[in-house]
Amino acid sequence: MTHVLDRPAELRTPSSPAERTARRRALLEWIAVHSLGVAAALFFTLPFVFVLLTSLMSDSQALSRDLVPHTWEWANYRKVFDTPGFLTWWRNTLIYAGLGTVLTVVSSIPVAYALAKFRFRGRNLTLMLVISMMMLPPQVVVIPMYLFWAKQLDLSGTLWPMIIPLAFGDAFSIFLLRQFLLTIPNEYLDAAKVDGCGDLRTLLKVVLPMAKPGIAAVALFQFFAAWNDYFGPQIYASENPNAWTLSYALESFKGAHHTDWNLTMAATVLVMAPVILVFFFAQKAFVEGVTLTGVKG
Amino acid sequence: MAATHTLRAKHRRSALRTLAFLSPWLIGFAVFFAYPMISTVYFSFMHYDGFRPPTWSGTKNWTYVFEHYPFFWPALRNTLWLVVIMVTLRVLFGLGIGMLITKIKTGTGVFRTLFYLPYLAPPVAATMAFAFLLNPGTGPVNSILENVGIPAPGWFNDPNWSKPALTLMFLWGVGDLMVIFMAALLDVPKEQYEAAELDGASAWQRFRFVTLPNISPIIMFAVVTGVIAAMQCYTQPLVAGKVASGVIQGAGTMFEPGYPEHSTLTLPQLVYNLGFQRFDYGSACVVALVLFALSMAFTALLMRRRGGLIQAGD
Repeated sequence: MTHVLDRPAELRTPSSPAERTARRRALLEWIAVHSLGVAAALFFTLPFVFVLLTSLMSDSQALSRDLVPHTWEWANYRKVFDTPGFLTWWRNTLIYAGLGTVLTVVSSIPVAYALAKFRFRGRNLTLMLVISMMMLPPQVVVIPMYLFWAKQLDLSGTLWPMIIPLAFGDAFSIFLLRQFLLTIPNEYLDAAKVDGCGDLRTLLKVVLPMAKPGIAAVALFQFFAAWNDYFGPQIYASENPNAWTLSYALESFKGAHHTDWNLTMAATVLVMAPVILVFFFAQKAFVEGVTLTGVKG
Repeated sequence: MAATHTLRAKHRRSALRTLAFLSPWLIGFAVFFAYPMISTVYFSFMHYDGFRPPTWSGTKNWTYVFEHYPFFWPALRNTLWLVVIMVTLRVLFGLGIGMLITKIKTGTGVFRTLFYLPYLAPPVAATMAFAFLLNPGTGPVNSILENVGIPAPGWFNDPNWSKPALTLMFLWGVGDLMVIFMAALLDVPKEQYEAAELDGASAWQRFRFVTLPNISPIIMFAVVTGVIAAMQCYTQPLVAGKVASGVIQGAGTMFEPGYPEHSTLTLPQLVYNLGFQRFDYGSACVVALVLFALSMAFTALLMRRRGGLIQAGD
């Protein structure tokens, strides 16, 4: 481990025999590590590449065993956009993900703040309940929830049964935000208090500006949770195609166009693309979020 | 006298303040968990199809699920398969990729991004992609395998290969574990490696006696959260089964649960199958309670007061 030289440029001028073996070993290790890296990179990227290539094939070629398209059918993407309902699904997804994210962030912040910075009886119990809710499969309570939304409130076939609950804090977001708020030193809060700030003012004026990276991470995770959600739309929206979201509707491409793998893969690319694009603009927030969940509180 | 009054008032104010800040979640907890949870227990003892009013049925739903419903035990077995085999492979692979990325010295950022991206792929999209990639007839993976002369498996169309196919897809999305392991590996004190080296420890011994003890809490964290995720595994096996069996999407579509031969059926899917395909809400609630008991048991492991992986702190 200590023999590893940082740059291959340093491998150029060997002097003593001992140094030479050390350098040769470092070079071999460099080659071994990087070939493994390239092999792993192929494993992680080739699925994307094949999906992309197939999305640009003609109908008949997509059913053949060719790996690279003969003619590049960019029109496939136009056909996906022309599919009846596609723009509606796109809009529904943005409403569910956008509105849901705003509601989640607004309702989770005060809860996370109280759990991170207030001392009160039952705090540990509350936190443990939040963590338990985070681990709870949605299927556990879905029967009564469905009966409640569909039979009592007559809201099935709409996005509301998925959006409204997000106005009441989301366990994962609360936990993630709390982990982040713990890292803000209490001295800032005390200083604000000395200056005569109330709790709400302290939260809004002092804590929130400092918590921006944490909030960004939570917003991204929530946005993609809604973007990726399959179970919610399946339960509440399946009967009304006008309320489908992209993730739920994606399968229908396989059905509606039989085995048109090219169109199905073009639609798949269109569902994946926004996530990947956003990642390139907000890498730090993603990685920060993943690390925070793996860190002790 | 006046002092105790103000003190008490102050206490009351601070309790109200706490309550106010917590209220969104407390209301949510009551409405979206406590109330439905009690209803789930209630319905598990009722016969209810959603149309006629519920009638008391005693333990009939329970005996039905455990003794007569043909899918319960296969689903439990599949879930256990995923919990044991998929989670083990994912943790080992995630650790391997995490170690690899800490050793890569050239183009680290590019490699890290490439390894991480699949984790972000939306589950349905990833499943559609893999259903295509692993399609026995026209999929690129089998084309390549056959060109190299390796007998190609039937993947999602073969009951013996459908779970390995799922596992392969979950290994592809191992980026979250890579990030967590990478952070843990970089935190191991350098001096410990240097000391071990001075003592003449081999690479394996350094891994065994320095790396492993330092990262074992993170390994446990990865195992337990992996187990919880495996138990909740829903979208991917469902979509894989539906696509492989060629069923068409739409309202009220019936599909063979867990195609092929219920090999991709998991516990959460049973709730859907019983409740929303068979309109047997009572039995669906029995499965929901089994799922609840299992996930809470693993969550408790995650939070045991001493040595728990997520500590509430004080």
